[in-house]
Amino acid sequence: MPASAAAAAVSTLADLVPGQSGVLTLLDLPDGDAQRLMELGFLPGSVIVAARSAPGGDPRVYRVEGTEFALRRDTARHIHVEGSSIGRAAEEGR
Amino acid sequence: MSAASHCDGCPVAVLPVHGHPRLVGLVGPPNSGKSTLFNRLTGLRQKVANYPGVTVEERRGRARLDGDTEVVLIDLPGVYSLTPRSEDERVTRDVLAGEMAGQQKPDAILLILDSTNLKRHLVLAAPVLALGLPTLVVLNMADELEARGGSVDPAALAEQLGAPVALVSAAKGEGIQTVYDFLNGAVGVPRAMDLPTLADIPKCRQWAVRVGDQAGYAAPAPPIWTRRLDAVFLHPVAGPLIFLAVVVAVFQMIFSAARPLMDLVDAGVRASGAWVGALLPAGALRSLVVEGVWGGVGSVLVFLPQILILFLFIGLLEDSGYLARAALIADRTMRKAGLQGKSFLPLLSAYACAVPAVLASRTIENKRDRIATILIAPFMTCSARLPVYTLIIAAFIPERPLLGPFLGTRAAAMLGLYVLGFLAAFGTARLLKSSVLKSDGSPFLLEMPPYRRPTLRQIALRMYDRAKIFLRRAGTVILGVAIVLWVLAHLPLSAGQMPEIANSVAGTLGRALEPLVRPLGFDWRIAIGLVTSLAAREVIVGTLGTLYGMDAGSGTAGLQAALRHDLTPGGAVALLVFFAFAMQCLSTVAVVRRETGGWRWPAIQFAYMSLLAYSGAFVANRVVTAFLG
Repeated sequence: MPASAAAAAVSTLADLVPGQSGVLTLLDLPDGDAQRLMELGFLPGSVIVAARSAPGGDPRVYRVEGTEFALRRDTARHIHVEGSSIGRAAEEGR
Repeated sequence: MSAASHCDGCPVAVLPVHGHPRLVGLVGPPNSGKSTLFNRLTGLRQKVANYPGVTVEERRGRARLDGDTEVVLIDLPGVYSLTPRSEDERVTRDVLAGEMAGQQKPDAILLILDSTNLKRHLVLAAPVLALGLPTLVVLNMADELEARGGSVDPAALAEQLGAPVALVSAAKGEGIQTVYDFLNGAVGVPRAMDLPTLADIPKCRQWAVRVGDQAGYAAPAPPIWTRRLDAVFLHPVAGPLIFLAVVVAVFQMIFSAARPLMDLVDAGVRASGAWVGALLPAGALRSLVVEGVWGGVGSVLVFLPQILILFLFIGLLEDSGYLARAALIADRTMRKAGLQGKSFLPLLSAYACAVPAVLASRTIENKRDRIATILIAPFMTCSARLPVYTLIIAAFIPERPLLGPFLGTRAAAMLGLYVLGFLAAFGTARLLKSSVLKSDGSPFLLEMPPYRRPTLRQIALRMYDRAKIFLRRAGTVILGVAIVLWVLAHLPLSAGQMPEIANSVAGTLGRALEPLVRPLGFDWRIAIGLVTSLAAREVIVGTLGTLYGMDAGSGTAGLQAALRHDLTPGGAVALLVFFAFAMQCLSTVAVVRRETGGWRWPAIQFAYMSLLAYSGAFVANRVVTAFLG
């Protein structure tokens, strides 16, 4: 798969590989849950970095504005992101 | 960090003085160090209770101020916002708004925010300041902010917020004087500011970012040590291995290391009982004091060392930040039972004793997960079951090698009982989480705090706090139960003499219960034992000893022989199964009532476990009897 296709395929937090980051676009969750996550910094426009995880990749730690929260995959796949980058974030992420 | 940075033009007002001490609420997000500051200000002058009807803990304490005055501090539950979405948030909001029944509205607020996470935590400042109460904004963890190269201008922030700001390190005690200055009286009532409304989170956020920028906030560099430690503790291979090592270490400590201390407490209880007994004339009073009170309370008191050691470990795990990593690693396994990563610590604790396990479940914010964890914890094989298991297994199961020298029949039976309890817990969790406690769908969210060095002070305070709760149970519930049980076993008097236990009220009760337990293969003696062991499971050993007329000196060999005579193998296995499932522990009932805020859950739990114990024992008796003829 060409690199550009891989980048375009990233659509939710669950698709991010460790070190990869994305800009949050949409929280496809019930209102209360979306609000809770927004209070923690998971706001549209925020940059989210995928970090380490439990063995097996679930739950995974996500870094947002210097704080880390672990989310299960079934929550992460409802949080849409775009514009992944594997630059500086990748070095920091590990 | 000496004086609070006041804002120019803020009206300065003296706190209102009522007839009673002033009440100051501590508000802050989870992990902001709120409780650390609370402990720092109040020390041992704390009282922990529950808000009526809810599972939220109410922590109050008194702080001494200048000139012999005192102020009452109330440590409100950690919240990310004041939108009443969770029980914690509702309690915090209601208390602050003066709408909590039986609660006075606070006179002032300490708003504690983590200065290393200021932009996120500032979001909470808007709704809190909008309450219009005198408020000191405490920027905590100032030492960490500085160490990681961040900075903030408290004076500029005070100007932006319209309220005084103090930069402190609650863990190290730096800057605490400014908090005392605030409590001592002169405080700015928040100047009316244009604050964003709650519902609009993105707008709140923009406000927080703008305020932070104008206060010259420079976010700290990422915590390098946390990243390095996570590279080890969350390593795909090393991580789970370290996790297992930690679990084994905790197990070792609560069983091996606690043992000599428990023996010491036991010896102390016996010695002091004998000493007190010698002071009393022989007869009913001596028997009541020595056998009833000392014996009953002592049988619970022996668990204190285990509980203290357990909370030492829980404190180390929690305050260092490792607990969040352990919960992350355990989540996948716990999810199979419908629970979550944070349930693992209480369930591990339950192998020592269900009481600390129930108390340890406080780290689970999700109420349904927390109640499910509390309900299944007593199925784990606690140490009070071991004397019962040991006695029955030794009496009925001949020691034969199963796997060469590695595993004998008796060890296998013991292992089987551990597995049985675990399976009951697992099945019950599945049952609960797919029915009455089905997840409300709220997402699993686990904040990963940076690793920090635990402080002895914090851990010692927690151990003290938990020991106090435990001892209060032993001192009230168990004391009462012990006296009632003694009365049942020693009355009615016949010709001024105490009756044989068989002719006592307990004996009569045992005979009355005999038809009920006959299908399980138990006789009236076991029935009495089931009644007396409600105080604590291992009490049945002593009761059976008394019933069979065994002196304490004759050891358990005689008791084993007597049991073999009276109990069929089916009945023996049924008794083991009964003890694996039954909630034969009034301390646990009492602590569950306390932690769930009412009688409903402990009543359901007791009924469910008793039913399971009865049917399990019934089936065990039938099956074993059918096999052995």
